[in-house]
Amino acid sequence: MRTLTDSSHTLSLSDHHQPGKVGHSVAHESGHQHVTGSARYVDDLPEPKGVLFAAIVGSRIAKGRIRSMDLSAVMTAPDVIDVLTLKDVPGHTDIGPVFPGDPVLTSDQIRYAGQPIALVAARTEKAARKAALLAQIEYQEVASNLDAEQALSRQHFLRPSHRMQRGQCDQALKSAPLTLSATQHVGGQEHLYLEGQVSMAIPGEEGEMMIFTSSQHPTEVQKLVAEVLGIPFSKVTVDMRRMGGGFGGKETQAAPWACLAALMAAKTGLPVKLRLPRKDDMVMTGKRHPFVNRYHIGFDQQGQILAADIEVIGNGGHSPDLTDAIVDRAMFHADNAYYLPQVDIRGHRVATDTVSHTAFRGFGGPQGMMIIERAMDDIARVIGCDPLDIRKRNLYGKGRDVTPYHQTVEYQTLTRLIDQLEVSSHYRSRRVKIKDWNHTSPILKRGLALTPVKFGISFTLQHLNQAGALIHIYTDGSIQLNHGGTEMGQGLHTKVSQIVATTLGVDLDNIRITATRTDKVPNTSPTAASSGTDLNGKAAENAALILKQRLSKFLADQQSVPVTEIRFENNRVSWNTEDSISFAELVQQAYVARISLSATGFYRTPKIWYDRDKAQGRPFFYFANGAAVSEVIVDTLTGEYRVLRTDILHDVGRSLNPAIDIGQIEGGFIQGMGWLTTEELVWNDQGQLLSNSPATYKIPAISDTPPVFNVQLFEQENDEETVYHSKAVGEPPFMLAISVWSALRDAISSISDYQISPDLDTPATPERVLFAVEKIKGGRS
Amino acid sequence: MQFLLNQTPITLTEFAPDMTLLEYLRTERVQTGTKEGCASGDCGACTVVIAEPLNGMLHYRSINACITYLGAVENCQVITVEGLSPNRSELHPVQQAMVEQHGSQCGFCTPGFVMSLFALMHQPKQHESTGASIAERINTALGGNLCRCTGYRPIIDAAQQILTHQTDDQFDLNASNTLKQLHAFISDLQPKVPALSDQKFFASPTSINLLLQLLAEHPDARLVAGATDLALETTQQLHFLPKLIYTGNVQELRQIEISEQQITLGAAVTYSEAEAVLIDHFPAINGLLHRLGSLQVRNQGTIGGNIANASPIGDMPPVLLALNATLTLRSVEGVRELPIDQFFVDYRQTALAPGECIESITLPKLSTDSFLRIYKLSKRLDDDISAVCFAIHLNVHNGLIQSARLGLGGMAATPARAHHAEKSLIGKPITPEGIYEAQQALALDFTPLSDVRASANYRLLSAKNLLMRAVLEYTQPRSLEVMHYAHFDG
Repeated sequence: MRTLTDSSHTLSLSDHHQPGKVGHSVAHESGHQHVTGSARYVDDLPEPKGVLFAAIVGSRIAKGRIRSMDLSAVMTAPDVIDVLTLKDVPGHTDIGPVFPGDPVLTSDQIRYAGQPIALVAARTEKAARKAALLAQIEYQEVASNLDAEQALSRQHFLRPSHRMQRGQCDQALKSAPLTLSATQHVGGQEHLYLEGQVSMAIPGEEGEMMIFTSSQHPTEVQKLVAEVLGIPFSKVTVDMRRMGGGFGGKETQAAPWACLAALMAAKTGLPVKLRLPRKDDMVMTGKRHPFVNRYHIGFDQQGQILAADIEVIGNGGHSPDLTDAIVDRAMFHADNAYYLPQVDIRGHRVATDTVSHTAFRGFGGPQGMMIIERAMDDIARVIGCDPLDIRKRNLYGKGRDVTPYHQTVEYQTLTRLIDQLEVSSHYRSRRVKIKDWNHTSPILKRGLALTPVKFGISFTLQHLNQAGALIHIYTDGSIQLNHGGTEMGQGLHTKVSQIVATTLGVDLDNIRITATRTDKVPNTSPTAASSGTDLNGKAAENAALILKQRLSKFLADQQSVPVTEIRFENNRVSWNTEDSISFAELVQQAYVARISLSATGFYRTPKIWYDRDKAQGRPFFYFANGAAVSEVIVDTLTGEYRVLRTDILHDVGRSLNPAIDIGQIEGGFIQGMGWLTTEELVWNDQGQLLSNSPATYKIPAISDTPPVFNVQLFEQENDEETVYHSKAVGEPPFMLAISVWSALRDAISSISDYQISPDLDTPATPERVLFAVEKIKGGRS
Repeated sequence: MQFLLNQTPITLTEFAPDMTLLEYLRTERVQTGTKEGCASGDCGACTVVIAEPLNGMLHYRSINACITYLGAVENCQVITVEGLSPNRSELHPVQQAMVEQHGSQCGFCTPGFVMSLFALMHQPKQHESTGASIAERINTALGGNLCRCTGYRPIIDAAQQILTHQTDDQFDLNASNTLKQLHAFISDLQPKVPALSDQKFFASPTSINLLLQLLAEHPDARLVAGATDLALETTQQLHFLPKLIYTGNVQELRQIEISEQQITLGAAVTYSEAEAVLIDHFPAINGLLHRLGSLQVRNQGTIGGNIANASPIGDMPPVLLALNATLTLRSVEGVRELPIDQFFVDYRQTALAPGECIESITLPKLSTDSFLRIYKLSKRLDDDISAVCFAIHLNVHNGLIQSARLGLGGMAATPARAHHAEKSLIGKPITPEGIYEAQQALALDFTPLSDVRASANYRLLSAKNLLMRAVLEYTQPRSLEVMHYAHFDG
């Protein structure tokens, strides 16, 4: 029987009257276009005259060399116009985003299955894709390794290992009354954005190149396209209106397809569109990093941790990509919400023969958190108490507030948040009922868990924490807004428009937000690290304030009143309680008075610094917090399970748009649940990805949404000076899904009367759950 | 061929036989509201709605445009997301609900959801009286649409808003006119019989004799029914399929007959069409039918197609094996009957002779002492391919098992019976002890493979355990399937 989600939310904090101001649950700026099918994605744009369609010839082996390559059948296939190989690349051939290691095409070494070897352009998409199948390539294959632990033992590193330390962990472990150690395998995750990778390149005059792409990082696309073409950045313009989902998968890995399209466009002089078929997309782009984590912890009789030795091993695939920063973020979150008095965290970045793994919502944070959340459950089974009590005993608190990287946790938000959720979810009474029920139910078992999230907000690479914006006011009073962030569904453009509307006291309708373009706002950071609104919202607010100041001064001078008397509200500007003019009228007068009606805004995050050599500093401006309680039921005969109920309380500071924030929380939670349950990446021994389509890789579908799903916002302003004291919301809720995994372990543990803490690697498919059940049954008999 | 694209009549004299409806919409018509997410019928981004006359009314069903051949929409109305709004400034109620409930984030899956919601809104009224709750109807209607952003809650709320505030839309108001147009297409219809010399065609015969004649003349042609599997050869393997013979308009293949002893389903009956009859006579199939593909797939996919393609992981064959179904096979040479357990010869190989097709499937009704359980194991509840599909059909008298038919999918190169296990069940009490031998015998019957869906060990262990679950369910009233606990109240 299928049942419906029953939800309740608090949409408060909206104390403004003017619809469209910050704090209101305004609909997504493209909502109307989404539902009518008129929202255009790159593949929907009108195709320019003479457009060619491109397809990739990818490697059929995972590791080895190309012995010979014959592309004559490709070239002579029907409707084929041109074929491009490495020798046709005029500029840089390596498009590694941070470190080298990502050849745009290969003609020799093969480092992963599907690696692009050549590009075919034809008059139709079908002709290009069919022609690509005709390539005759002989390989010299060697054995591939996909195993991270083997890579570690062979010292196959992409980047040097890193260490964070505080206190004397070794000694403390030796003297601890109780110790535990464990290893866990945490699976990767395919992004499965519904819109696959796509770019269209249109050659212009004098070597200029215009790129339409689905990318979280237009500036990097601009840079890499310019570099492969060997032209200055100023000749490349990137336009990005919206993505059909990104989730990190279009941060660095949208660029290769833009580069290839641009190379072919430059070679043929014609527009070129390259859209990956879903299978190519899944095979040729990187995933969330799979991790192997280990802990060795010492704790006292109450279950309070005394020392923690933690090792996280991130499997980066064949090249560094963003792996360095991702493993760092896993290390930054290996404490999650818990104080580790003596701590030693080591992070390794191992190389394996797969596609290069990349950014994905949480950016290593989720993988790092998994190990300490496992430890919490494991300690509870040893001590014989509720895992929630162990979690609460280990939370950061007064005098126990320094992280392994020496940043102080200044505010104890989580303590109050967890207390509130514990009550609102009826955690304690349900715990009793579940234990009783499990005694009477031999086959089906229920589990319950509350897990918290503390997530650090800021790019850990300091210079990325900057943003720009551009606002034009036209003489009819309408406003065009542009900023460096990209819209991937998260509601960034809606929030930034609300910020500008609020600042200038105009209706949201009056603001037109346009495609993100490198010729409007240059040198931007990727829209990533949950920072989109924090950075771009502040930059847009800055631009709006500059314009407001100019207009205020003009009006104040005109009316001979102090500037401080000028008010912008309800599309009008007033200089005292009686007198006002419309915003449009003021703008016209200002124009005639030769006041500039265009401004750029800029923002850089204050307070943050990090000395990586010492592994000390304040990498994060603040922390976003949340907690979730999930209840599951498990079939011990098959390992099947359902999530029966989830209660979430999440801290978004002062919400700019509660509906959008709740959408991020719910969506993040479900995506995280998919990562930990049904989404299984499977490679065969030859290094081929077998889970290469949505038929074989299963993201959550509608029946997976918990039938009872209560999501509330924790009402509290951000203590830091963020835009309207809001908090970032993109990534943190993803990790709330750890509650589902922990609840599954709880249900399995019930078979041992909560004596055994089961191993449960992720994704916890029905198969893994059944084998965990069997292991406990076997151990008991 | 003729059809309505939204309100526009379209006449095509020539089109590539294997052109998909999605390709036609996006490339030929440049109507880009309908999206391609996977081109394999797994994500629902390309969902459109087909309206057809049925019993004097318009019948609406959602389908995946990416795996529907253009020729299959002849004489239908194809409704796409662009056609929903009554005018430029007004939204259709399903679109309005999606905006109001914040049902879109990135928006790429949204047109597909909108169309599935539209089909849900236009479900025939009898669906409302089948006892399915609103919640079940929503999950069924939207189980084939993937959203990676929202977590579905706001979309569920939008669906609820639509079902609880139902009003007539412009399609209802215009229904008689649409019916008239479609009937005119149908009466215009000239049976298009490709010539012997034709090297490419999409033929749409209207009678079984015509179909068999074509098949005899063009032994290299492919029969296409729902195309939910065949179309993957076009979209995934990029094969050119020059000669297609469509079964959807062959009236003899669309019949459902119920007699005292048995039920006969025409081979081109879709899952959605067969659903009510199957659930009525075999209540245990309910859970499976709601998890077999997605609604879009069940609206297209046929039972005959599921049998004929002989996939080892089709969900219907294990059930048909357990129910002792008989296939009626027909060619120009004549007709023959074959028990289904003689049909599957080897991996993707069947007992069909060249020029022969499945005409119908006959299922004997259950007897009073029949005990039927059907289980499907997969990673995900909605729209997933089985790791194991297990149909258990026992006849039990005085607590002793008199006969046993066990049909399994995912365990071997073909769907297959568990003969050893069946034998060891006969005469045994229907208790955990009574089935012990049969559980062990499953290892003699099957040596399953490890693949992307499950390991060999899991398949064998869970199959054994499913036999146990059936026995436990025999003695207790409530199902032990976790999916029944989705709204747990205890």
